Amino acid sequence: MNLHLEPRTDAPRWFSPVMTLAALAFAFVISGFIIWLVGGDPIKSFTHILVSAFGSVGVVSDTLVKATPLILTGLACALAFRMHLWNIGAEGQFLLGAWGASAIVLAPILPAGTPGIVVIPAMMLAGAAAGGLWGFIPGILRARLGVSEIITTLMLNYVALFWVQFWVFGPWSKGGFPETEAFPPEAWLPRLTDLAASFPGLAGLTVHLGLIFGIGVATVMWVALERTRWGYEIRLIGDSPKAARYAGIDINRKIVVVFVISGALAGLGGMSEVAGVVHGLQDRISPGYGFTAIIIAYLARFGPFRVVIASILFGALILAGREIQPSGVPAMIQGIILFSIIGSDVLIRYRVRFDRPVATA
Amino acid sequence: MDLTTILAAGVASGTILLFAAIGEIFAERSGVLNLGVEGMMLIGAVAGFSIAMSTGNPWLGVVAAMLAGGLLSMVHGVMTIHLRADQVVSGLALTFLGTGLARVLGEGLASAKDVAQLPHVTVPVLSDIPLVGPVLLTDQSVLVYVGYVLVPVAWLWIGRTRPGLHLRAVGEAPAAADAQGIGVYRTRYAYVFVGGLLAGLAGATITLAIYPGWFGDQTVNGRGWIAVGLVIFAQWSPLRAAFGAVLFGAIFQSIIDIQGVTTIFGFENPFQPGRSATFFLEMLPYLMVIVVVVIGSREAVRKRIGAPAALGRPYVRGERGS
Repeated sequence: MNLHLEPRTDAPRWFSPVMTLAALAFAFVISGFIIWLVGGDPIKSFTHILVSAFGSVGVVSDTLVKATPLILTGLACALAFRMHLWNIGAEGQFLLGAWGASAIVLAPILPAGTPGIVVIPAMMLAGAAAGGLWGFIPGILRARLGVSEIITTLMLNYVALFWVQFWVFGPWSKGGFPETEAFPPEAWLPRLTDLAASFPGLAGLTVHLGLIFGIGVATVMWVALERTRWGYEIRLIGDSPKAARYAGIDINRKIVVVFVISGALAGLGGMSEVAGVVHGLQDRISPGYGFTAIIIAYLARFGPFRVVIASILFGALILAGREIQPSGVPAMIQGIILFSIIGSDVLIRYRVRFDRPVATA
Repeated sequence: MDLTTILAAGVASGTILLFAAIGEIFAERSGVLNLGVEGMMLIGAVAGFSIAMSTGNPWLGVVAAMLAGGLLSMVHGVMTIHLRADQVVSGLALTFLGTGLARVLGEGLASAKDVAQLPHVTVPVLSDIPLVGPVLLTDQSVLVYVGYVLVPVAWLWIGRTRPGLHLRAVGEAPAAADAQGIGVYRTRYAYVFVGGLLAGLAGATITLAIYPGWFGDQTVNGRGWIAVGLVIFAQWSPLRAAFGAVLFGAIFQSIIDIQGVTTIFGFENPFQPGRSATFFLEMLPYLMVIVVVVIGSREAVRKRIGAPAALGRPYVRGERGS
């Protein structure tokens, strides 16, 4: 028996999203099976995820807080991937962004007591610049020297991790602990709960301005990709680099620019996390947001608004997954989800036919 | 701390990278990029460690590790060879899956003690040879010797045998190989599997020989990615991979060693344990990978050699450009 793949030409519009949802469902069935194999209770695990991520207004707010860094790093990956640029370094760019934003307060670059209206934009700029720099390095190496960006971005993740650790354990350490002094309130991103004085219903809701950054960036990115010449060129390079070259697009220049923007977005994610949630810099500030972002970008098929939706799903998984035992389960589910998305991709692009070889003499 | 000790430890530590890099060379030579090395190594590390613990026999652990790595690699094989999925994404997915699975399976292993290790061997007579003896042949784990054998065997296999010729043909010009009656899919599955076996072995080399114990996903600590980088530096040659593996083995080892001394050239050592400057030391291997990959890429451009021509591209019979 032979397996044959024939390109699909007549797939209806609903086919791709339905297959993606089916892939997600399939991934959860497989994950449940593995949880059951290692002695867990899959039904209980999944109910737990649902209840502790969406069960009340308070936890929905917590889920959105977890989704915020994922949206920004997910958009960073989606932009690069759309051009077939493998930025696997959103994790490092996120960390550098968190460090850059922290430097404004802790170095200190701006003196204590500077009003928030100045500090916050300065932190945003510093975070995006530091992340952008971390994206520039693999970008320029790829464009000028043809060095695989996969390896360089991955290695820079480790370098960024140790860089942050140096500052957190060393110069910025608070009394030898692996965390810095807390930022002054001027350096905190506004949260919904800050409005509780006028709207008591918002008390305790920790959703912060970073979510607006994420949705705003998603909107701008959608317009840029779908409605501008710049975005058209990026999509063209991604779909057919040869055609792009014939069209006279300077691909190497685009590689550097897209890498810097991608890094800056992830860096902004790092800024939003330190200014909106942690209010300081810590050793383990990211539980792998930059890696989950890769899966999110894929699940969203690089669509900016779909990145926002996928981030909420993964935010829920990370939030609720913290209490699931064994502790590797969320990471495992992420891997299985990515595999079933790639698998569903095949079914979207091709019609699978099994046929027996025709008997010939 | 003298040079021979550093080199001997570097060779031992480099064996981990050597197995993983040679496995990846085999897979990539057949045209399949497998970025799942880190995940396969973790699965190998945890499978080897837990089987050695439960049976008391480290050799069974090695076998289990290799099978686990090989089994995982087949997920990537089916995805990329038959289903034509993007090799980069599928490889990344493999690393996510392997990392998650290893953490699930390794739950509780961290507290395990006294797991039987593979024996260390000193070669009689030959170990008295100056330099070579103490560096290569004295009190090394038996797996290190397996590495010595693997390098020339892999080199000869790829460059001097008929199956090796077929392997290169499938990676460079699959359509031509197909026309010659070489099974492209079969060859690719076989070498992706070999890559998985060797990555699993690399994992077991960590937990059962060189750095015994299970430390969660810190056990492999990026070595799988370094191995992927080494393949580019090695320009897909096992001999150059061996050189790179020892170099990086020595770097990893000296990071540990340097922290142990109190003075360097009469100055106080800033890299003692607990000092924040040690983090710069820890960055070193990863920065060095970027440096050697840049060197490798430049050289490849200059000498007009490069990755196997069909690397990363699925083969579809009768389709143009494949």
